[in-house]
Amino acid sequence: MRKRSIIPIVYIIFLMLPIYWLVSMSFKTTNEILAGFSLFPQTFTVDSYVAIFTDPTWYWGYINSILYVSLNTVLSVAVALPAAYAFSRYRFLGDKQLFFWLLTNRMAPAAVFALPFFQLYSSIGLFDTHLAVALAHTLFNVPLAVWILEGFMRGIPKELDETAYVDGYSFPRFFVTIFLPNIKAGVGVAAFFCFMFSWVEMLLAKTLTAVEAKPIAAVMTRTASSAGYELGLLAAAGTLTIIPGAIVIWFVRNYIARGFALGRV
Amino acid sequence: MRTENQKAWFFVLPVLILVAFNALVPMMTVVNYSVQETFGDNLFFWQGLDWFEQILRSERFQAALGRQFLFTAIILLIEVPLGIIIALSMPRKGFWVPVCLVLMALPMLIPWNVVGAMWNIFALPKIGMLGYFINDVLGIRYDMTQDPLAAWITVIVMDVWHWTSLVVLLCYAGLVSIPDAYYQAAKIDGASPWSVFRYIQLPKMKTVLTIAILLRFMDSFNIYTEPFVLTGGGPGNSTTLLSIDLVKIALGQFDLGPAAAMSLIYFAITLLVSWVFYVVMTKDDQK
Repeated sequence: MRKRSIIPIVYIIFLMLPIYWLVSMSFKTTNEILAGFSLFPQTFTVDSYVAIFTDPTWYWGYINSILYVSLNTVLSVAVALPAAYAFSRYRFLGDKQLFFWLLTNRMAPAAVFALPFFQLYSSIGLFDTHLAVALAHTLFNVPLAVWILEGFMRGIPKELDETAYVDGYSFPRFFVTIFLPNIKAGVGVAAFFCFMFSWVEMLLAKTLTAVEAKPIAAVMTRTASSAGYELGLLAAAGTLTIIPGAIVIWFVRNYIARGFALGRV
Repeated sequence: MRTENQKAWFFVLPVLILVAFNALVPMMTVVNYSVQETFGDNLFFWQGLDWFEQILRSERFQAALGRQFLFTAIILLIEVPLGIIIALSMPRKGFWVPVCLVLMALPMLIPWNVVGAMWNIFALPKIGMLGYFINDVLGIRYDMTQDPLAAWITVIVMDVWHWTSLVVLLCYAGLVSIPDAYYQAAKIDGASPWSVFRYIQLPKMKTVLTIAILLRFMDSFNIYTEPFVLTGGGPGNSTTLLSIDLVKIALGQFDLGPAAAMSLIYFAITLLVSWVFYVVMTKDDQK
C-alpha cells in the first residue's frame, strides 16, 4: 500500500457517506428517522421497498424513466453513428461550423428550453409520451454522442474502409459487419453517456409529462408534498434510482476513462 | 487523411434534422417572446428591445448573475485542482482501478433531484448525518435554512461531491496514456516530482483538462435542479442562481417576455465565456 493512495481512499469515503446515509435511511421507519440521529437502522424494515413495488404509481415511474432513457439512447447513437462517420472521414462544406454548432447545444441551459419545449411538443401532439422526452433529450445527447464516436472512429485507419471496398463490400454491409465491431468500445461509451445524461436530467422530463409517461422524479416530488414527509419511502425510492446507473457503469468500467480522452476539443 | 466529399451531408442529415427541430424551433419561440408583449389570448404586441434593456438594468438579474459567476468560479477553483490531485494519486493498474472508477462515477449517475433531496436530508440538523455531526459533535451551529453562508457551503460541497469525479476520470484518462518510458527518462535525469508533473503529466493532460474545464463551466453555469431541491434558492434569495431565477420568472410569474429576453442573454453569456475559455486554452496549439 503506497502512502499516496490515502487520497483516493479519503475521496471515495467522502463520496460514499451521503449514499450510505440514503441507503441506511431507506431501511428505517419514518418515525425512527424523525426521532433523531442513528448510524444504523435500529428497527430494520423493508416496508418502504414493499410499498414501492406494490404501488403502480411508484413502479410505473421507474418503468417510464427506463423507457424514455432507452429510447433516447438508441435514437441518439443511431443518428450519431453516420454523422460521426462523416465527420471522421470526409471534409465537406461547413463541416467545422456544423460540428461547433452541434456542441453549442450542449451549452444551452435546460431552463431556457423548458417552456418552448412544452409548447412545441404539445402542438405536435406528443406531450406526455415517452417519445417526447426521448426526443427532447437528444438535444444534448446527440452532440455528445457524435463527439465521442468521432474520436473513436478517427482512431480506425482509413485503409480498413478502402480494403473493404476493394473486396466488394457495399457501404451498409461494410459499416455493420466490419466497421461497427471495430468501434464497439466507442458505441458502448457513447451509449453510456447518453444513458447517464438522460437518466439524471429531470427538468425537461418533468415539464414534458403529466400522467402517462411521468418519470420517477415527478412521482417522488408529488409524494413528498401530498403524503407529508415520508422520508423512509423517499430514501428507498432514491436508492432505487441509483441502481440502473450502477449496473450500466459496471459494464463500461474499462472504457469510461477512454471515452472522453479520445474526443477532440 | 479526410477526403473532400459533399455527399457526407447525407450522413449528417438525420442529426441535423433532429437537433435543428429541437434547437431552432424553441429558440425561435424564445426570440419571438423576447420582442413582444402578450396579454393572453394569443395577442401579441411589438415590444422591440425593451425587455432586454429592462433585464440588463434590473438589480435582480445583476444579483443573480453575480451569484452565478461566484458559484461557477468557486466550483472550478475547487474541482479542477482537486480532480488533478486525485487523478495523480490513483493506482495506474491492478484490481483496484475499475473499483475506484465505478465508485467515483456513482454520484454522477444519480438523478439530479435525488442528489438535491439526499443532500437536503443529509444536512438536516439533528436528523441528517452531516447536520448532526457539525451541530452536535463539533458543536458548531449549522442550519442551511437560516444561514446564507451555510447554504452556500452546502451547495458547493454538494457540487464538489457530485462532479469532481468527472475531472478525475478525464485527467486519469490523460495520465494512463503516458508511456512508461517518459517516467523512466525523467528518473534517469533526476527530475523532481514537480517537474515530472509540470513537463510530462500536465502537457499530456491538456486536451482532457480543456474538455473537463469546459464541461464543468457549462454545467455549473446552467445548474438548476440540485440547488433548487437543496435550498429552494434560499434563505431569502441567497442561493438563487441564474437558472432558478429564470424558472421563477418564466413558470412562476409567467412573465414570458422578460423571461425570454433573460434566456437569450443567459445563453449568449454561456456561449461567450465558453468560447473565451476555448480560445485561451487552445491558443498554444495554433502556434
